[in-house]
Amino acid sequence: MASDIRYLTPISIEIKKEKYCRFKKNGIKYIDYKNPDYLLKFINEQGKILPRRLTGTSQKFQKRVNKAVKRARHMAILPYVADMMK
Amino acid sequence: MNRYETVFILTPVLSEDQAKEAVKSFESYIKKNGGKIKHNEFWGMKKMAYQIQKKSTGFYNLVEFEAEGDLVSKLEIEYKRDERIMRFMTVSMNKDHIAFAEKTRKEAAKA
Repeated sequence: MASDIRYLTPISIEIKKEKYCRFKKNGIKYIDYKNPDYLLKFINEQGKILPRRLTGTSQKFQKRVNKAVKRARHMAILPYVADMMK
Repeated sequence: MNRYETVFILTPVLSEDQAKEAVKSFESYIKKNGGKIKHNEFWGMKKMAYQIQKKSTGFYNLVEFEAEGDLVSKLEIEYKRDERIMRFMTVSMNKDHIAFAEKTRKEAAKA
């Protein structure tokens, strides 16, 4: 019978890690555009801004991240286009 | 009165003394037009992330000041006219930004 199927090893069910907003958790209110090392966490190796579906940032802070990255790009602190940044 | 912060990049053609002189001239311009300078930070020669006017380095400087809004537009015209300045940006500071700036300054003073 179909319901009698038994597995030798229990099937591993992927447990998704709960995403959280690092700014809310750590109480950071202002994201500095003058610090490229910190902003590096929110861009990929091409210099593109990572979506919040990957970083888990809340919408409120994603807006601030975007602003900070764009300001940094204007002041040549971060590149507009890059290759192999990390 | 609002608090503003300006970052500008000076050409690397200048010597360090000349760059500092240019910074001073802008400081005096702010003072003359009714602004109050809160903080000034000369970062020195830095490598830029991409080339501006075919140059890959520049002198960075940060000025924090308090002024009325109409000074900002006047100041930006002044920056545009000056050939020594390659890039500039003025941002108005909200309360979180001010708190952050003052906190980092205190920590820098301690260290």
